[in-house]
Formats: sequence, C-alpha cells, structure tokens
Amino acid sequence: MRLEDFNIELTRLPGAMPVWQGCVDAQQWRRAAEQVNEKGGRLVALWGSDNTDLGERLTVHAALTVHSGLLVVSLPLSADSYPDVSDLFPSANRMQRAAYDLLGVRAENAEDTRKWLRHAAWPDGVFPLRKSFEGKRVFPNGEDAYGFVQVGGEGVHEIPVGPVHAGTIEPGHFRFSVVGEGILRLEERLGYKHKGIEKRFEEMTLAQGARLAGRISGDSTVAYAWAYAMAVEGAAGVSVPQRAAWLRALLLERERVGQHLWDLGFLGNDAGLAFGLAQFSRLREDWLRTSHALFGHRYLMDMIVPGGVARDIDGKAIAAMQAETRVVREGVQLLRGIYDEHAGLQDRFIGCGRVKPDLAHRLGLTGLAGRASAVAWDLRVQFPVPPYDGFDVRMSTHGNGDVAARATVRFDEVFESLRLIDLILAGLPAGDIATPVADAPDNAFAVGWVEGWRGEVLIALETGPGNRIRRLHAHDPSWQNWPLLERGVLGNIVPDFPLINKSFNLSYSGHDL
Amino acid sequence: MFQLLKQIAKVGIKTEKPPEPDENLRVAAQRLQREILERFQGSLTIRHVDAGSCNGCELEINALSNPYYNLEGLGIRFVASPRHADMLLVTGPVSRHMEVALKRTYDATPHPKMVVALGDCGCTGGIFGENYASCGRVSNVIPVDVAVPGCPPTPLAIMQGILTAISVK
Repeated sequence: MRLEDFNIELTRLPGAMPVWQGCVDAQQWRRAAEQVNEKGGRLVALWGSDNTDLGERLTVHAALTVHSGLLVVSLPLSADSYPDVSDLFPSANRMQRAAYDLLGVRAENAEDTRKWLRHAAWPDGVFPLRKSFEGKRVFPNGEDAYGFVQVGGEGVHEIPVGPVHAGTIEPGHFRFSVVGEGILRLEERLGYKHKGIEKRFEEMTLAQGARLAGRISGDSTVAYAWAYAMAVEGAAGVSVPQRAAWLRALLLERERVGQHLWDLGFLGNDAGLAFGLAQFSRLREDWLRTSHALFGHRYLMDMIVPGGVARDIDGKAIAAMQAETRVVREGVQLLRGIYDEHAGLQDRFIGCGRVKPDLAHRLGLTGLAGRASAVAWDLRVQFPVPPYDGFDVRMSTHGNGDVAARATVRFDEVFESLRLIDLILAGLPAGDIATPVADAPDNAFAVGWVEGWRGEVLIALETGPGNRIRRLHAHDPSWQNWPLLERGVLGNIVPDFPLINKSFNLSYSGHDL
Repeated sequence: MFQLLKQIAKVGIKTEKPPEPDENLRVAAQRLQREILERFQGSLTIRHVDAGSCNGCELEINALSNPYYNLEGLGIRFVASPRHADMLLVTGPVSRHMEVALKRTYDATPHPKMVVALGDCGCTGGIFGENYASCGRVSNVIPVDVAVPGCPPTPLAIMQGILTAISVK
C-alpha cells in the first residue's frame, strides 16, 4: 500500500517513527480502512478527541499500518457519528464502543453497541473526555446491566468468574458457557480498572506526563515511557543523543527478558510443574536485583524521560550486565531442555489454546501472541529506530498458535534480547544521556510507537498551550489480543483456561485506562 | 528427570531472612487481641484484591512467592477466596468500577480480619488521585490497618507490612 494510493493529503508527523496523518471526510475514512484491509494491513488503534472548545469538532482517529509506516486518518464529525470499520477490522468493535463511552462518538450501524469501558460510575449521555466534563465530578453509582450473549441448549450452563480472581492477577470478568468441562463460549467483560488515566493526562504538562505514562501498565513501564517520550520529542522537534537511544534499547530489552522469564515460570506452574516457577522466578529475581542495583528501580520505572534517560551506567555496570547475560543464557538453556523433555508439560502445552494463523490474521492478533500464530510483525524489525537499525533483529515466529508456540516464542525472544543486550553493552556510544526538550508548539500532533514485550504500544499526543497535554491516547496491544483469547479457549476445557490465559498474559490496566 | 533433580540440588536453598515488623506502617491500632495473634503463631491466609492498580504492585506480590522471599515458608499463604482469608492485601487507587467488588470482598472475609493497603496509590491515591472513575486511597472504601508505600513497594517492604499487621506490640 503506497501512500499516494490513498488520495488523501498527508503530512509526515515529526518524530522517530514513520507516521503520516491526514484529515479525511467520512467517505475517505471508510475507503482508507478498506484499502488497508485489502492489502493485509492492520488497525493499530482507534480513538477520539474533542476539539469543540477550539471552535472545531469532535474528531475520530484511526491508526492503520501501511508499507512505509503508520497512517493516521482523522475525521472531524459533522454530527456525532462516523462510518463503522468493525466489519473490516473486528478489533475495532471494542475500541469504537470505548470511544462512545468516553467521548460520545458513535459508529454508524455498528452491530455491537453495548457499553464497554463504562460500568456504573457515570451515566450514559455523560462523556468524561469531553472538554466540558469536569474530571473531578463524581456521579452516584448507577445501574450496571450488561447483555452477555446467552448460549442455549441442553446441559449448557454458565460459570461467571471475577472481577476478583482466585490468583494474584488483575480484575476482569469472564463468562464461560460450558457443557461439562468443555468451553462453548467465553465472553470477557473488562473496564473494572478504568481510573480516568486519559482525563488525568489532560491536567498535566508534557514533563509531568512521563511518570503517568510509566504507570499505564506497570509491567510495560519501559515501553510506555519510551512511546510517551517519543511522542513528546516529536511534538517538540528534538532528537535524543545516541547514547540515550542505546540505553533506552537496553532498558526495553531488560524489561522483555524480565517479563518473559516470569511468564515461562508461570507457564510451567500452571501446567503443574512448580519446579519451573521456582527456577525461573529465581533467575528473574536476580535480574530484578541487578536492575535495582544499576538503575535504582527493579522495574526500571521513570528511567526513560522526554529528552533521553534519567540515569547513566559506567564500565563496572556494563561488566556486571555482561556477566549476567552469560549466566541467564546458560540457565535458560538448561531449563528449556528440561521443559522440552518433560512429557507431562508438553502434553499440557501442545495443541492447547490454539489460534490458527488464518484467524489471527483476520482478527488482528498482534505482538508476541501474534508472532506465535505466524503474524510476522515486530516494530524492531519493521521500522527499527536507532540502535535497532544496526542490529538486524531476528524475529521469532511460530505457526502452531498454541500454548507451546507462545512458550517457544518467549524462549527465542529471551535469547535474542540477551544477544541484543550484549551488542548494546559492547557498542554503547559515548556522550550525553539527555538533551533539553524545547517548548512544544500549541496544537502539535505526535505519535510514539514501541514494540514492548507484549506487543506494540502506541501513544498519540496532542499538545495544548504552555507545554500542556491537550489530549493523550494510550493504546495497549491487549486491545487486539483479548478477543483472541475468547477464541483460543473454544473447545478446550475450563481447567486449561488459566494456562491459556497466562500464555497470552494480557494487560487489564493498559486496556481499561 | 535427572537434569531436574540435579538442578534443584545445584541451586540449593535461596531463602533469605524475613524483615522485622515496622510499627511506622501501622495506620490503625492493633485491633486483634494478643491471645488471638499468639494463637495464629504467625500463620496467615491472605486474599489479594487488585482494586485498580497499574499492575506494578502485583509483580512484587508475585515475587513474594519466589525462592528468595518464600512467603509460604513463614506459614503465610495466598488463598483463592475471601472466605478463607484472615487478611486482604489491596492494591491500587480503588477504581469506581471496583468499589462494590472490594466492599463485597471485605464483607465476605470472616472476622477477625485485617487489611493491608499496598503501594503509593493504595496509601494516598498516588498519581491517579480521585476523579470521576477513581475513589483514591483504599481507606476511602474499607478500613485499613497497615499501609505500605512504594511504587511499587519492594517484596521486603510488603513482607514487613504483612508481618507488622500480625505482630504483637
């Protein structure tokens, strides 16, 4: 898909990633989505913003992948509705419903118009992201009816689970329709963690927002902080020093390794191999302690800031991390051998929670889970920013789309990240770790787009006067992948659900905002 | 199987010494009588409730079960139902959408019960504060005995908070 094929006037947005934006009318909006869909492109995010206070309109935006990067089409609405695209991109369904709940913009003739992020905290007809809405306003808890799809037939019954789950995980509701132990249907209901993050951003300056961005989904704090910094730097027209870029990649790969080690341990545990969790969580704890010793934070929160990074490393730290990658590589190799040879474990993994490549493509599965279902997409490969552009990152993919495939991709990615960390440590350029961030112009639009451990994280930023955040949309890859979990469990048994769920390991907080 | 056993033997026991209780973390006077606490003998069952966190605190709660902290080694267990729990370990600013679920979980926990609020958000509402969708700190919704700050609090700090809640002065 070439940009000139769209017949839209496009502007290249300033910033590290190749992003183009264009204002469209309703027809062009629909046409652009069709064109991208025909060529196998994907919908990355869909959101809205309120520009009525500027004498403009409510606007919806869609971020779509094209060959040369990301295409953002923005449609100012004459009324409060826009053409539905959920028939082209099924993942748009929930995003469109969320856009209605928060901003009151409606997808015309959409099949599913149930509420999504709104439960009982505010009434229908009130839209928190409207500029006229006062963020501190509290409504009494209202009605919270939600029409789950009912499954009929002899012997069918429902198992409602959550929002408070049995383990130490985030809250959400799962409604299983089962016969015996077999799952006929799973329907998720999310939004329990909605805490007004996007509205909160609008009270902040560009500098203050960095801390909040790192807390959209704590397990992906580095990815979000980088995406946020990228957007701010794009808006302000600054580029970061080389050393800062390399340190950012170091932090991102450290986050990826830490999370994958954890997931690999839990995958063993959820299949009944407690040994796996004990061993992997030991490796992970060592890893976190190194992060704490060298960067002052176990999860590397607040290390990436607009303009660069907050903390430098010295030769001793480099040597310590080089020694560590050797130990972790050996440790993970040994454990992979044990996992591979363990018949009981493989029996639980193989064929479980399968999302076939065809379905993954059609429904827009992304990130790590996507790669395990042959969706070959990794921003570090597709659109590598420095230093990734010099590393020839090796993407790991698998065609089986089951729990085993998602474990395999994690193993491969741990080794690849360790290789990248070694390259970064060996070639880390000298120089500053940050540059002052210039004032951003009023009404700038910029995008940050980063491949976190779970998948692509997107931050879309609109600035206001005085370096303030006018509107910020944060998009987690979990939006795309949650619906595929519903499909992946079909035909499996209820007791396998925790294992399948863990193999996706999706974010609630990053999704609920 | 040989590899597996060899690895267990090679790694050995990693468990470290637990921290001492810290009275500064207490926000409400010890409500339990000395006799009850002595009968507990330090054993405890915990129901974790994520009431709206960014999931950072959950990472560290999970870390409590790794071989270094080995919380179960102290007789402290996470349980699947509030009806089996002595303590609720609550994270997050409490989102408005979790307010009812948190209150119900609290009501479902049998007396005597304790609540430990976790993290800067659980203690004060943190960076999210109070707004149309967030109730802020945990004590705005249910009574809290001990509050452990940090973003996220380290596993040691969480352990210290838990041990403080069941300590006898």
